[in-house]
Amino acid sequence: MKGRIIILLAGLSMANPALAQDAAASQTVRAAVLRVDVPSLPPISRLDAPPEDLGFAGARLAIEDNDTTGRFMNQDFEALEIAATPESAPAEMDKLLAQGIPFIVTLADDAQTLALADQAGDRALVLNARARGDGLRGKDCRFNVIHAAPSHAMLADALAQFLMWKQWPNWFLIAGSHPEDVALADAYRRAATKFGAKIVEARTYEDTGGSRRSDSGHVQVQQQMPVFTQRAPAHDVLIAADENGVFADWLPYATWDPRPVAGSAGLVPRSWAPSLEAWGATQFQNRFEKLAGRPIREEDYQTWIALRMIGEAATRTQSTDPVALKEFMLSENFEVAGFKGQKLTLRDWDHQLRQPILLATDSVTASVSPQDQYLHQSSALDTLGFDRPETECKF
Amino acid sequence: MKAATAILTSALCLGFALPAAANRVFVSNEKGNDVTVLDSETLEVIGTYPVGARPRGITISPDGKELYVCASDDDLVRVFNPETMEEMHTLPSGPDPELFVLHPSGNPLYIANEDDNLVTVVDTQTHKVLAEIPVGVEPEGMGVSPDGKVVINTSETTNMAHFIDSESFEIFANVLVDSRPRFAQFNDAGTKLYVSSEIGGTVSVIDPATQAITRKISFQIPGVLPEAIQPVGVRVTGDGSKVFVALGPANRVAVIDGETDEVQDYLLVGQRVWQMAFTPDEKYLFTTNGNSNDVSVIDVATLKVVKSVPVGQQPWGVVVAPN
Repeated sequence: MKGRIIILLAGLSMANPALAQDAAASQTVRAAVLRVDVPSLPPISRLDAPPEDLGFAGARLAIEDNDTTGRFMNQDFEALEIAATPESAPAEMDKLLAQGIPFIVTLADDAQTLALADQAGDRALVLNARARGDGLRGKDCRFNVIHAAPSHAMLADALAQFLMWKQWPNWFLIAGSHPEDVALADAYRRAATKFGAKIVEARTYEDTGGSRRSDSGHVQVQQQMPVFTQRAPAHDVLIAADENGVFADWLPYATWDPRPVAGSAGLVPRSWAPSLEAWGATQFQNRFEKLAGRPIREEDYQTWIALRMIGEAATRTQSTDPVALKEFMLSENFEVAGFKGQKLTLRDWDHQLRQPILLATDSVTASVSPQDQYLHQSSALDTLGFDRPETECKF
Repeated sequence: MKAATAILTSALCLGFALPAAANRVFVSNEKGNDVTVLDSETLEVIGTYPVGARPRGITISPDGKELYVCASDDDLVRVFNPETMEEMHTLPSGPDPELFVLHPSGNPLYIANEDDNLVTVVDTQTHKVLAEIPVGVEPEGMGVSPDGKVVINTSETTNMAHFIDSESFEIFANVLVDSRPRFAQFNDAGTKLYVSSEIGGTVSVIDPATQAITRKISFQIPGVLPEAIQPVGVRVTGDGSKVFVALGPANRVAVIDGETDEVQDYLLVGQRVWQMAFTPDEKYLFTTNGNSNDVSVIDVATLKVVKSVPVGQQPWGVVVAPN
């Protein structure tokens, strides 16, 4: 790498002065990725076990990308990687704030994201790369938080648009018993009202703490799932709201009525999928897989885009001043490319990143919302999630 | 070519003025791993030939004797005899070659390596790599000035047009443009450089002498979402008077006045229009339409789309033989 840098600096000495003032001293933009790992049972599928470098691998690719551009701008980027527990997270946040790190990407649940944001206050900008609750973008919104992760409402609306296009307006909703599941189910209720679907019945799948996966698990499950889903009113599709991976993966092919499954299994609304090939995504997937040695996860994409937002702001403002970068990111001039076929921008009313949502099965990206039929006066992306007139966020 | 020769011979015998000669049109099919060859006069498919994995960028030597294809997933450039479509040899390209441009003299070839942030320079005679030039993230568009002195590379994630000295292989200027710059094209006079930005939705007009952006052209099409307007391929008529810009999923080709930089017209073509190529006499402009798997043929004089020709899977690039 050294060799390349030297070649480039030689190039820069002749370069456009606007883009390269002083080849000797590059300035550093400092950031950190704080991942809060909640101890939990293994997921239903061994394929979904979280990798050690979850989110961090996305950060490494973003820093590589930012640094490559930075060489032409005399800018350097770094991101510390911190894996914390729910108990140690506040202390880790304190350490980052004490070091004066101005940008902190968090991978945490809703409650912890909010607590960390309040802890940071005006000392750091928090970029939320995991928490999906609508409350964080609504009544609990904070001015110092940018949401790179899509919200429950965006995901539910994205799926709802597709189901309405498919003319499957009758939904059988099954939600888990955790608070996040209830919140996600509420997002599906809201989406049904918004797009004219009908939830013919809603059931709760209690998490009784039993083994999700064992040698004989499928034997039991094969009996349980048909029984659990029987005697539902006529419906077109079953929607699962299961944020903790307790039951949804067992639903396809096991429902009492032969109906497709969507939501947390089957056709899943996601910020990213390793199957996407359009819009240059193939190159992005190749670069990620070469770096990480595994397919990309949503947390990696969301961390990558969060750090790319910082890099893009540094390129466009030709500055590394955190205040200038924050201001630019929150201005109407900000846009970033994220391999989703259009520019991504921030909603000024809740600091949510506008983005298309992929509808993916295990093997393919089956569709991308917003669907063409849903129009909007300012941005079709605002047909997903809470729009300006609906927001409960007050900064 | 047989058919073309026959027509020419009969024309000569009868003492007519020479009709426009038929040229072979080569279309790379990214997902079909092949090249479809068309006849530029009859607009019929002559044949389809395998060319390696994920063919994208395609170009031909000035003498028409070597057809170059970026076989992206084979990590090399394959060189074919344009008459027989038999592979003659390969060129080292560096990983994931996407687009390239030939020096006006026919040598060397400048290749964008999309996955590796490099531009690789290859001697087409000796088949040796002359240089690897580090550029921005996801290099894609490649342009060369008419005098051959300046090579342009656009990097899609860095969002710059890099000006490279074609002799020293050093970058001497970087111009920040809008998001995801895809293509760089000089006019023949060398007075304007056009750089398309796919996500930004604009074409930057750059003065090559000062490397300053003199104009940003944006596009509005009634009934088409602004997000769907994604400029990719750019071609300029020899006299510089008309600039054609492929607008991707807007399914249109924009026609721009080369003097005033104003958009004159939008031509409806196939779905996800990507790259374009003129016939040598500039009678026709061919466009590759990746989602409808066809090629649209534009009559340049009347600005009418005269025909669509089905080709292979996901047509990406197109080049027309010079002879």
